[in-house]
Amino acid sequence: MGKVSVRFFARYAELAGCTWSAVNVDTPATVAEVIARVREVFPGTQALPPRPLAALNQRQVHLDARVSDGDEVALLPPLSGG
Amino acid sequence: MMHLTRHPIEVDALLAEVQGPERGGTCLFVGTVRNDADITGIDYSAYEAMAFAEIERILSDANAQWPEARVTLQHRLGLIPVGEASIAIAAAAPHRDEAFAACRFVIEEVKKGLPVWKKELSANGSASWVEK
Repeated sequence: MGKVSVRFFARYAELAGCTWSAVNVDTPATVAEVIARVREVFPGTQALPPRPLAALNQRQVHLDARVSDGDEVALLPPLSGG
Repeated sequence: MMHLTRHPIEVDALLAEVQGPERGGTCLFVGTVRNDADITGIDYSAYEAMAFAEIERILSDANAQWPEARVTLQHRLGLIPVGEASIAIAAAAPHRDEAFAACRFVIEEVKKGLPVWKKELSANGSASWVEK
């Protein structure tokens, strides 16, 4: 079992009702599995798209990236910088 | 150079960072908040830690592609009224081709990969996230 930090931004933070939290998952896990856990813990996030953009430890990754205890997963709405 | 700021962007500072006597061409891109519909401003937010790293990667990639160019950028966060700058990119190189190319490269990479989000604020008090 591992503890993974989760960051929410923009519209996703509004859906989650917070900007930061942590979830417990059986590690190693994939980012997708962390997101599935997030949907359980934060019901508002069930409105997230099926495959949201995600970052692991501040780098954008595919949803099959492996997550370990202490990692940080960020759920990223469609980017609109510039 | 503070690549992320909550203050109005100072273009002169960006130019001073990249210009030099051996760099005869300077390209400056300034992105400003447009008055689309009845928008009064845009509230920009970011995953700042990741944005810093991504900006460093973009500038490093630009330097790798155009080694004789110097490039920098500044992105503003927080509430930006219509007409004010949200981003500025300055690129200087011995010749204009590299300056233009490096500048264009940076804005396109920012648009693709910078973890920044925009919330448009309207005159009627409503606000909506931009998600293209």
